[in-house]
This record gives sequence, structure tokens and C-alpha cells, in this order.
Amino acid sequence: MATELGPTPVKAPASGGTPVHHAPKGVGEDNRIASQGRWAAWLLAPTIVALAVVIVYPIISAIVMSFQKDAGLDPATGLFTAGGPAGIQNYVNWLAQQCSAPSGGTVACPPGTLGGQFWSATATTFFFTVVTVAFETVLGFWMAMIMARTFRGRSLVRAAVLVPWAIPTAVTAKLWFFIFAFEGIANKLFNTTILWTGSEWPAKWAVVIADVWKTTPFMALLILAGLQMIPAEVYEAAKVDGTTAWQRFRLITLPLVKPALMVAILFRTLDALRMFDLPYILTGGANNTTTLSILVINQIRQGFNSAAALSTITFIIIFLVAFIFVRFLGANVVEQSGASGKGKK
Amino acid sequence: MTTATADASALRAQQDKGRKAAQNREKWAQGRTYISAVVILFWCLAPAYWMVVTAFREVGFTYDTSILPTHVTLDNFKTAFDTSFGNRFGQALLNSVFIGGVVTIVSLLIGVFAAYALARLNFRGKFLVLGFILGASMFPGVALITPLFQLFTNIGWMGTYQALIIPNISFVLPLTVYTMTSFFREMPWELEESARVDGCTQGQAFRKVIMPLAAPAIFTTAILAFISSWNEFLIASQLSSDATQPVTVAIANFAGAQPNQIPYTAIMAAGTIVTIPLVILVLVFQRKIVAGLTAGAVK
Repeated sequence: MATELGPTPVKAPASGGTPVHHAPKGVGEDNRIASQGRWAAWLLAPTIVALAVVIVYPIISAIVMSFQKDAGLDPATGLFTAGGPAGIQNYVNWLAQQCSAPSGGTVACPPGTLGGQFWSATATTFFFTVVTVAFETVLGFWMAMIMARTFRGRSLVRAAVLVPWAIPTAVTAKLWFFIFAFEGIANKLFNTTILWTGSEWPAKWAVVIADVWKTTPFMALLILAGLQMIPAEVYEAAKVDGTTAWQRFRLITLPLVKPALMVAILFRTLDALRMFDLPYILTGGANNTTTLSILVINQIRQGFNSAAALSTITFIIIFLVAFIFVRFLGANVVEQSGASGKGKK
Repeated sequence: MTTATADASALRAQQDKGRKAAQNREKWAQGRTYISAVVILFWCLAPAYWMVVTAFREVGFTYDTSILPTHVTLDNFKTAFDTSFGNRFGQALLNSVFIGGVVTIVSLLIGVFAAYALARLNFRGKFLVLGFILGASMFPGVALITPLFQLFTNIGWMGTYQALIIPNISFVLPLTVYTMTSFFREMPWELEESARVDGCTQGQAFRKVIMPLAAPAIFTTAILAFISSWNEFLIASQLSSDATQPVTVAIANFAGAQPNQIPYTAIMAAGTIVTIPLVILVLVFQRKIVAGLTAGAVK
């Protein structure tokens, strides 16, 4: 991948402490690897244990909860329902948008209730993901190409792109809320009178614009790092061969930057699929800007177990998207993040 | 003879023309680069500038469109810290510093060992561990919040600091580990070997040679870790109380004197206060931070 090209980062020597040629092949090497394995186990243990406590345990308990009924007053019927095992009922309720009926059993959720919003929230989440990541990729690529050139003031531009990245998302949301206020600068600048957060499409585009502003720098920096791995000689050789700028972009830049680009797109996609802060603060999830994450949060206070089922569904969706990226689109994150041990054998 | 000179001068003229055209193209390209650079600068800085400039406007001039504030005031910063409308911005700042500090220190203390092992040692299952840690950093916060909400309610931890610190570790620790792993991979490890030749154990070599060399990497990682904890909103918005809420929650819930009037100028002042230290930190350590941000992706 990118490491094969040109001025590679200093690769750690393939083996650990002692140079390979000192150790006789065979038994000695195996012993050394075994002892390194023990070291590694000790060094990794705290991290693994910590992650097990803060991630693995909550996931497992969320899955367990998701198969339980919610005890308490049913918001639809006002009747008290007892807990107990629910089988896959919570999942069925979300996917089929069913709510429990006063007479027992389930009916289609009335519009406006949380239970009836699963598919619209899913559609909104995917809309935000596809649109924001597409804009961020194109804009980020363009920014990266500019920043890769040599010109006076380049370091100023590179510093400036870090500013949106450094601003907390909650503050970003409030800032764009102000920009998109009815009397705000956006309407004045474009001489429009749009109630940006008042109806569906303006609200959606407000979220998209704010998100693109906030996260394009991250994309641009990742792509820039990929561009800088391409040796200048490749371009010079291609120039001598009489290629046009477009050919150089299509035949050299794109294929060589692709590994870094894919990882950047994967990171941003997974991030966008769990989008919460921005629409929650900017639009409050109104006007069809409720993402899956917002739906989970709104559900928590109405029933843990049902919320757990929804969060598990969200997790599965994100996992599937990541799987598709890695398996079919060749975003090799682990290799890109460069385990050095790989080149050894 | 004459034809040859004529040919030569024609050729030279042509070359001159070609050179000039090339120079012109170069100038054009340079010009386009500058125009693009200005567009990028404007796109990135103008909204942030608007926040800062609004923070200095008098409330009556909230929607003013002048590029420089015409009625400059510091009142908004006073309002931001004012607690009479139920806002606790000052307390929230301290909370964020405390939560971010603890999360950063804990994550670094735990993660530095894992990063060393992943960068330096050969062992079976390394890819599995790397994959697990990367996966953990991409993990959706909502998948954690429901069980934690119930658990913390049951054991009476709702609204406590530990209820905010522990979930933050779930995404700061993976970030710390993989950023440090890629930094560690690029360090001059020959020095460790020399130290071992001179009779140090692997542990001593780590403490006496590698730790001082690794200090900048660790410091950069600490900044990234602190920023990501400082920016966290989802978990804090659900698990914090008025007394423990971090700044992100305080700003999101910022209330004004009248319920139907949004105190924009005070919110922008609060946003400026929250952002300026971060921006300064990021600009000062720009190179290192960019290296740390992109480390996981391309190396």
C-alpha cells in the first residue's frame, strides 16, 4: 500500500530488540518470539482490560437488555406492563414500526411517536452520511491538492484548516445556529428569508453545511498526508513523457492516494453514521433531521430495553458498513495503520 | 549558411516563445493556487471569525453585519459567566478541565504500554489487537449509553464525575493507543539496541532511553486525547448533572433572560472562551498534531 511508494517512513526493524542475523534460525527465534509474546501480553493487558470494562461489558449488557421487555407504564396505552423476556419483540417493533396496542398485541405506531420513526431516522442518517462524506471528499481532495503545492503562505493555510477541526462540535452547532438564524448572516448574505431550522430541506442542508465545514479539514489532512507519500520524481517523469495535468491526476495521483483516501472515507463514514451532536443542537432533530443516534437518546427515558435494541441495530448497521468497506472496497485500515510485523516473513 | 542561421534563429525564437508560454502557464498556475488558498482561508476562518466578532457586539447589535464590531463591549463575557439564569458556565469549564485531565492521564498511563508492544514487539494476534483497538475507536457512543444509563442509575452514579470519565475512556484510550503506536514506530529504536548492548534490560532501555525520546509523541497524543474528551457531548448530555456538566453541555443548554429570546452574543462569547485555548494549542503544535491525526491513516 502507500508504504511501498517512495520515501517510506522509517520502518521499525522487522524483528524486536536483537538483530535477526545474530539469532540462529529455528529454535532460538521461536523462543525470542515467545518471550516477546509474554512481554506483549503484559503490556497489552491494561488496555485490553480497560476496553473490556468500558466497551465489551456495555455491549453485552445492551444485547442482553434488548431481549427484555420494558417494565413500567406503556406510553401508548397508559397501562402498566411487567418486564420479563421479550424474545426478539423489541427488534420486530423497531423494524416493523409497531407499538403495543391497548388491547394487547401490536399496531402500527401512530405518526409522531418514536416507534414510528425508525425508517425515517435510518434514511436521514444515510442521507447525511452520503451527502456530507461526498462533499467532504471532493472539497477535502481539492484542499489537499492546494496544500500540497509550494507557495508562500502555505503554512498559514495548513494552520487555518485546523481551526474548524479544533472547535468543539457543540460550539460549531451553536455557531451555525446563529449563522442560520432568521435574521442571521446567511439570510442577509444571500438576500433570502429562509427559516433554516423551520422546515425539512433547509434544516437538512443546514446540518450538512455545518458538518462539512467542521470535518472537511480532517479529510483534507488525511488526503494531504497520502499525497505527500507520492515521490515528486514520478510526476516529473510523467511530465517528461508529455502527459497532461488531467492524465497525471487520473493515472498517478488517484491510484497512489487511493489507500489513504479509502481510509479517510471509511473514518468519516463511520463517524457520520453515528452523527448526534450537530443535528441534536442545531435542529433538535425536528423536521426529519432525527438521526438513529438521536432516536436512541430520545428513547432511553421511555424504556431502556427498547433503546438497547435500537442501539444494537445502529451498531449492527455501522458494523455492516465498515465490513463492506474493508471487504469489498479495499479500505485496509489495519494494514494502513501499518503493523510493522507484516513484512517479516 | 544563411539558411542555417535563419533556421537557428527561428528555432531560438520558437524556444523563446515556448519558454514564455511555459512561464505564463506557471504564473497562471501560481495565481490559481493563491486564489484557491484565499478561498480555503475564507471558508475555514470566516464562520469562526463571525463567532468571535459577535461575542464583542452589544446585545442590541446581535445581527449587525459589519465586519468589525461597531459597538464593542465585554459584557457578553460577563453574561456568559453569570449564573442568575441557571447557567453554570464557569463551573462547567472547571468540570471539562477536570474530566479531560483525568481521562487523558488515565488513557496515557494505560495506553503507552500497549502502544509500545504494538510498535515494537512481535507476537501472535497483533493484527487482531490492532483491529480491536481501531474498531473500538470507531464505536458508536449510543451503543454504550443505554446500558450505562441503566447501570449508573442503579448504582447511584448518575451525574457523578466517574460516570462521565469512564465512558470517555472508551474512545480516548483507543485513540491514544493507535496514535502513539504510529509515533513509536518512527522513533530511532537503534538507540534502544545500543542501550541493551551496553547492558540495560529491555525495561531499563525503555525507561532511560525511549521515554525521553518519546516525550514529544506522548505530549502530542495527550493534546489529541484532551481535545477529544473536551469535545465530547453525547454521553455528557445524558449522564451529567447541573453540577458536573462539561462546557459542551453548558453551551448547548445556555439559557437567556427570556425563554423565547436566545442570548446569541453570550453564547458566542462562551464559544469563544471554549475555543480560543484549543485553537492556540493546535496552532502552536500544528505540525505534531497533524502528524498525530494522520498517523493512523497513511503510515
